[in-house]
Amino acid sequence: MGMDMAAMVGDIIPEVVLVVTGVVVLLYALTAPRRWQSGAAVIAATGVVVSAVATVQRMSGDDQRLTFTDSYAIDHVTDWGVLLVLAVTLVVIAMSAPWFVTDPRHGEYYTLLVFSALGAALMAGASDLIQLTVSLLLSSVTGFVLAAYHRRSKSSSEAGIKYFLLGALPNAGMLIGLAYLFGLAGGTTYPTLRAGLDGTTPALVVGVALVVLALAFKLGAVPLHAWVPDVAEGAPAPAAAFITAVPKIGGLIALARFVDVLPADAVGWRPLIAILAALTMTLGNLAALWQDDLRRLLGWSAVSQTGYGLMAVVAVQRSELAVPSLLFFLAAYVVGNVAAFGVVVALRGRTDRAQYAGLARRRPLLAGILAISFLSFIGIPPLAGFPAKLLLFGVAIEAGYTWLSVLAVVNTVVSIFYYARFLAPMYFATDDGRAGLLSAWASAAAVASGAGVIAVGVAAEPFARTFAPALLLPGG
Amino acid sequence: MLTAAIFVPLAASVVLAVVRVDSHDVATVRRLRVAGTAVAAVPLVLLILAWSRFEGTGGFELVEQVSWIPTLGVGYTVGVDGISLPLAAMTALVFTVAIAYPVDLRDRARAYVALFLFLEAASLGVFLALDLFLFFVFWDVSLVGMYFLIGVWGHGDARRSALKFFIYTLAGSLALLLGIIGLYLATEPRTFDMATIIEQQPLAGGGLYATLVFVGLALGFAVKTPLVPVHTWLPPAHVDAPGPASAVLAGVLLKMGTYGFVRIPMAMQPETFARFAFPLGVLAVVAILYGALVALAQTDIKRLVAYTSINHMGYVILGLAAAGTAVGGQRSAQAVALTGATVEMVAHGLITGALFLISGSILTRGHTYELDAYGGLASRAPVLTVFTAIAAFASLGLPGLAGFVAEFQVFTGTLAIYPWLAGVGLLGIVITAALFLRMLQQVFLGPLPDRWSGWPDLGRVETVGLGVLLLLVVIIGVAPAWLLDVIDSAAGPIVGR
Repeated sequence: MGMDMAAMVGDIIPEVVLVVTGVVVLLYALTAPRRWQSGAAVIAATGVVVSAVATVQRMSGDDQRLTFTDSYAIDHVTDWGVLLVLAVTLVVIAMSAPWFVTDPRHGEYYTLLVFSALGAALMAGASDLIQLTVSLLLSSVTGFVLAAYHRRSKSSSEAGIKYFLLGALPNAGMLIGLAYLFGLAGGTTYPTLRAGLDGTTPALVVGVALVVLALAFKLGAVPLHAWVPDVAEGAPAPAAAFITAVPKIGGLIALARFVDVLPADAVGWRPLIAILAALTMTLGNLAALWQDDLRRLLGWSAVSQTGYGLMAVVAVQRSELAVPSLLFFLAAYVVGNVAAFGVVVALRGRTDRAQYAGLARRRPLLAGILAISFLSFIGIPPLAGFPAKLLLFGVAIEAGYTWLSVLAVVNTVVSIFYYARFLAPMYFATDDGRAGLLSAWASAAAVASGAGVIAVGVAAEPFARTFAPALLLPGG
Repeated sequence: MLTAAIFVPLAASVVLAVVRVDSHDVATVRRLRVAGTAVAAVPLVLLILAWSRFEGTGGFELVEQVSWIPTLGVGYTVGVDGISLPLAAMTALVFTVAIAYPVDLRDRARAYVALFLFLEAASLGVFLALDLFLFFVFWDVSLVGMYFLIGVWGHGDARRSALKFFIYTLAGSLALLLGIIGLYLATEPRTFDMATIIEQQPLAGGGLYATLVFVGLALGFAVKTPLVPVHTWLPPAHVDAPGPASAVLAGVLLKMGTYGFVRIPMAMQPETFARFAFPLGVLAVVAILYGALVALAQTDIKRLVAYTSINHMGYVILGLAAAGTAVGGQRSAQAVALTGATVEMVAHGLITGALFLISGSILTRGHTYELDAYGGLASRAPVLTVFTAIAAFASLGLPGLAGFVAEFQVFTGTLAIYPWLAGVGLLGIVITAALFLRMLQQVFLGPLPDRWSGWPDLGRVETVGLGVLLLLVVIIGVAPAWLLDVIDSAAGPIVGR
């Protein structure tokens, strides 16, 4: 048994590294003097890099299976989810260090960041409802605090409170849903669920609905999307970049794994997710239309992007490309999202549309990155968003949901309008105001993410190749 | 070689995007422009070279292939056939002239040249790509480039026109994307490779699925062409864009739509195309008449030229409809119609490119497009007058000029297949003749208003640029065999399927 335990821990080295990192950062933050608080960022970044190396190592083993008595999947999907989470976390750390430099006690911020990343990573790998619930809660509670981290800012506190209040109910609902499904299937691991659930009973419907709702909250999908624009606007800008991206990685993968174990097309989950996708993309888009605040705009566009991402979940089991399209979407979305928020951070949090007029002349590089991330969200090739949208449209058609693809196209056309409302003044206006920069680090983080938006699109093959053999329930 | 034609201007535009130059300094701006023109001419030289090596076997030639995203069946594949080679060569020529052409750069010369070279690369890419994924990449990218070109250097309500252009054409290209995805999903094994899809004919069975795919593709191409009723983005975009950008937009970008019709639906799902050929022909005739009549009513030079573009693209679509018909036993008429439509694409690129450049020159000197404001310019500007006359006569289809060769073949081919459509369509030629003659008379004849007494004739760069375009118009008009042979080599096999 001792040997077994060691072997099992050996399966989850990347996750263990994150736990250790979070604890070390916390101890450092508690003991280090104020002027050394930034050191916490260095420790956190180091831990994230080590964890990423361990993840790459694990993925190269090509050994896809369940571990810890079937409660955690170590497969390509988990590994990609973890890698994406870590990539975003690393960039966010680079943006956070200059952002928080005037905050005398920001060391423990990085603890929260690392534990929140861990929560999302564990959600991606969960193959057991209890495991999923625990990681979902870990991701949520840390997220609430991150959103409210600017203690003296009203909008930050408001964002945190709203996020918390909206989250309390679905998080509690998750526990009830878990109880129902446990009762029906006689177990909580996914192999047990797959074997134990059958038919469509009212209890199954309730259980599934509650789990889906909890995940919808994490994703910022309708009907639990209202926190997204507030957090995007009010949370510290680096934290906003993190919260609008990272829980989405864990949540979307978790949702795909969950629906995959339901009895084939029972409880009408496929049309349910399709309707959620349709509502989410449309509502997010319409709300973004007249936004004059860039961060709110990014929040609403994050909602609409979630709607596109849900198309991949609709196609689970019906298209071989469902999982690759899901992973590609996540990669494209998160890299574009951190690039856009990175520009906001590098420009010291400027967010008013009027302040972006003429930016292309004063800060051509940052303006270019914002433009690239917008164009990638629209799905213009050869940027990351294009293969993502191509695959999403394709899998939805293959799954028999052509109408969803057509709706996504209509929404994409609508989205040009609000992205162009920022692009046009940036490029076509000649206003020459000042554009102070936060720090070289913040700009570098934005530039690196912008380069990522191009790289993921142009060099899509390595992703496509490693996404292709990914499974939702290894051995299942 | 073809790859270099795409990547030389692309690389130059990337370099220009990062170097620092003083866009206020006159000498620097001139050097930038000369360098830009030289780079833009490189693809032209390469394509002439390609032309000399072209054998006309009927298939794709000079193919260059690199695997790109093999997991998804995407390859970087470029090559030419008899349809795409003339279009690509015309593209390179129009771009070279357009970049050299003088226009107000608003202190942003570097960005202007960079964007133009970028757009040249993208446009060439569309015509040379032999992979649907790659085709779509260039297609969409060209649209973004044009959006910025109109928005930054346009006049009038440029921002609004740019946005309308962007939203409208992107909507079209997303419809096209759905169509491409539909084709892709039908292939086995999955591939975006054009030659493979043409060989496989995955949708030969027809049915609802094939129809939906066709509708997506046709909608995308119809918006770009543009075909009435999805043409409304065109007039504002053309009018508010700077002259050289209008020349490129009308001369090159519109051809992407008609070329797309030939390359994708006509070649990849000919049965479905044939079922829709007649309605397409009807729409084409509507576009011919509508474009001509609305142009006749214009008092603005540039708007007039813009509407004649709708009219001329109608001839192209009419030719394509006849070429793709299901009416049996008309192989040779179909081939004639397709050749005519392709010559029309090339001719319209040269002629309308020239007309838009001319209207740019008129705007630079007179600061207005209103026809009423002008008169009697022939006495002050003989070169401008002669050039405009040649372009206008070519556009209205005077024998001996390129437009005639094209329209003659389009109507000859169509007459055998859809005689009624051809008959009604011919009316369009009469109307365009009237409107061009009226324009020439208004601007160049009659008394010269006092305020134009100091009107300068065309400058050296303008004369050379327009001269080259119009010389080619005359050559194609007088001795078109070198062009027709190349186009015929592909037209036969395409309609023969």
